[in-house]
Amino acid sequence: MSLRIEPRTEQSRTLLYLTPLLAVALTVVCGFFIFLFMGYDPQASLYHFFVSPLLTLYGLSELAVKAGPLIMIAVGLALGFRAGIWNIGAEGQLTMGAIAGGGVALLFWEQQGAWILPLMALAGILGGMAYAAIPAFLKTKFDVNEILTSLMLTYVATLFLSILVYGPWRDPAGFNFPQSRMFSEWELLPIILEGTRLHLGFPIAVLIAIAAWVVLTKTVVGFELRVVGQAPQAAAYAGFHRNRVVWLCLLASGGLAGLAGLFEIAGPIGQLIPTLTPGYGFTAIIVAFLGRLHPIGIIFAGLMMALSYIGGENAQVEVGLPQAITGVFQGLLLFILLATDFLTRYRIRFTAPAREARPA
Amino acid sequence: MSEPAAAPARLELRGITKRFPGVIANSEVSFAVGPGEIHALLGENGAGKSTLVKIIYGVLHADEGELIWQGEPVRIADPKAARRLGIGMVFQHFSLFEAMTVLENVALGVDDVTDLGTLAAKIEQVSKAYGLPLDPRREVHTLSVGERQRIEIVRCLLQSPKLLIMDEPTSVLTPQEVERLFETLRILAQEGCSILYISHKLHEIKALCDRATILRGGKVVGTCDPKAETARSMAQQMIGAELRTPARRAGTVAGQARLAVRGLSLPAEGPFGTSLKDIGFEVRAGEIFGIAGVAGNGQAELFQALSGERPAATADAIRLDDRPVGRVGAGGRRAQGLCAVPEERNGHAAVPDMSLIDNVVLSARQRKALVTRGFILAGRARAFAETVIKAFDVRTPGPTAAARSLSGGNLQKFVVGREVLQAPAVLIAAQPTWGVDAGAAVAIHQALLDLAAGGAAILVISQDLDELLVLTDRLAVINGGALSPPLPTAGASLDQIGLLMGGLHGMAEHVPAHGSAVADVA
Repeated sequence: MSLRIEPRTEQSRTLLYLTPLLAVALTVVCGFFIFLFMGYDPQASLYHFFVSPLLTLYGLSELAVKAGPLIMIAVGLALGFRAGIWNIGAEGQLTMGAIAGGGVALLFWEQQGAWILPLMALAGILGGMAYAAIPAFLKTKFDVNEILTSLMLTYVATLFLSILVYGPWRDPAGFNFPQSRMFSEWELLPIILEGTRLHLGFPIAVLIAIAAWVVLTKTVVGFELRVVGQAPQAAAYAGFHRNRVVWLCLLASGGLAGLAGLFEIAGPIGQLIPTLTPGYGFTAIIVAFLGRLHPIGIIFAGLMMALSYIGGENAQVEVGLPQAITGVFQGLLLFILLATDFLTRYRIRFTAPAREARPA
Repeated sequence: MSEPAAAPARLELRGITKRFPGVIANSEVSFAVGPGEIHALLGENGAGKSTLVKIIYGVLHADEGELIWQGEPVRIADPKAARRLGIGMVFQHFSLFEAMTVLENVALGVDDVTDLGTLAAKIEQVSKAYGLPLDPRREVHTLSVGERQRIEIVRCLLQSPKLLIMDEPTSVLTPQEVERLFETLRILAQEGCSILYISHKLHEIKALCDRATILRGGKVVGTCDPKAETARSMAQQMIGAELRTPARRAGTVAGQARLAVRGLSLPAEGPFGTSLKDIGFEVRAGEIFGIAGVAGNGQAELFQALSGERPAATADAIRLDDRPVGRVGAGGRRAQGLCAVPEERNGHAAVPDMSLIDNVVLSARQRKALVTRGFILAGRARAFAETVIKAFDVRTPGPTAAARSLSGGNLQKFVVGREVLQAPAVLIAAQPTWGVDAGAAVAIHQALLDLAAGGAAILVISQDLDELLVLTDRLAVINGGALSPPLPTAGASLDQIGLLMGGLHGMAEHVPAHGSAVADVA
């Protein structure tokens, strides 16, 4: 018996959808051993990581609160990834969206009117878009790699936010804490489930995912994105313009990240603080791939990754696991996902050497 | 087939079978190549020729059957093992690094490099002995395709092979270069090297080969002496059916100029591109105009300029039915009636991983109204894909099949069909029958002739002179990015065209590239 790896002539659709599940399962198995070797009770740890958060209404609502921004950002990123445009600076665009939207909130502080929140949302989208426009401009004009520019701009954005909340936007009645005023009544997202923090962000994220699915599969623009990503030469032949797609993808993903940032500050946080998210903008990259760059798949992947955040916190409280375990699990998941991806492109076959041409 | 003679065959295949998921590429293939024999392997695209030679060269492994090398059964694990036995192969697509010198490229492909100085001397010696002039210090991007092929051949010859496999070696050469290559191969054969020669050009096989094995559908359907056969009779064995000849319309063409190009210049893209220099010609209604030339002389750039993938400097440089379209992009030109068939099927003319339905949306969405208000009309797209499949006899399970699952010939028929059925005013076709089987080539040629007969103007850019001679009314030769004045095809002689094709390429003495690169690799 010998083991052989050969490329598949056709990609298996079943495997394409099965590998994320396989990756999750393998991650759990690896987690079991990690807990074991760290000296924790692996069963209890896994239970508190993956199961107990799902057993209460509050736990489920928190899942949706965290999944919302992940889904929203990942959908935007997936559009770009489909077209071969690698915006990995969603965290920065999220921050800039929050700054723009938060600025509007502070400007109209304690004013009343149903128009304030939509205006904040608009400012959030535009802020994210404007920030994503920088890598888009540099790429289309000078062919600068957007991976580098978008990533580096992330750090600029978070530092800019710090300047604001430590300086001019600091709450005058906030005992010198680096945070802005709490947003007023008309500037906060309505809670849709009494007694939880579940706000409008999650249903909107799901609607955005569905809309993105329609765009991607039914429209010429979606077709254009896919062609540019898969065969740039064929795209030129078809009369599609790469630069247009670069702009489109970066503006869409930047805008969605900006909106997600605004929803964070107008939702669970309620003000501007130096650190807005536990790295949603980066985690969303994993979500996008875990969801197979498919908007509907991303909804499930977003929930899964949200669970890793909540599970991590829960296991910290219940079993005393270190906080870093969340990051370890997320990294592990992406790693294993990419590894299992191999199976969609190659098959492993066990062959008897006798079936090949006779040995010399 | 192989009689028990005193000397064993150089290579014998016994019952070679190779299965891929869903297809049997080779089924019970047996034949033998004698010492010093030039043996042709003939077959349509998808007949299993490539799979078979890959098995011989150790790239693939047979599921059943055995290889007998000089009387001994062998197992060829990989190309390295094949080279150790004395099997060399020149692939259809070269694997050369453009920015490196000839010497460096050869060194990368030879298994046991001792030192580069000796290697350089050996290259010069071998290239002299076999009439393959080659300067080891030249950088590959400065070489013509013919010269690049010489590198591959010399690379094989350095290992003193006992069997040389040549996969479609002449498709990129000028007639003069082909003649030179044949002389080299004849010398090799006289020295006892066996040659397995794969080609679809039947008259070449007649001129060169001692014996031919004909494959069809993965099986051996016959063995013959090419010199005793006619090209037609071999072609018919190959497809297993009567070969149609494209019906040629008579008379001269004197229609309106539908495509007029004047003073078209375009800078080269990247260090290995060719710039277009003041190109001018006209294609009239009902006319098929040919552009001949050795690959890499500006054909790709000319195609991009005409299809609209790279706009021209001025609107007037390209006129379509007397409208200036030089600044219009690919989509706009298509809407105005200019359709195009790119040379590369996978990734240019079609998106390999997309279905045939998606692939008609790619280029027919405007002219066949497959979209409305930004939405794709899936039903209409499917219907048009089915029409193309039916009209052009594309062998595929259905319109949802991925483009990459089609064989080269079938995908080409699909692409040509997709463009022709859009009833274009002007059709630009680059290498319309490149790597396509004889049956499909005839169908494609017929489609082009019919389209011209309907009043369209057709431009065929091809390296296949036979194709241009059969198809075109007038032709011009592109060399170094400049176009020769057009000649009426009927009056043109092969020699004349061949000399124009050779042009400056491969003839002029080049200054040797900086020789210091030699030391860098060592």
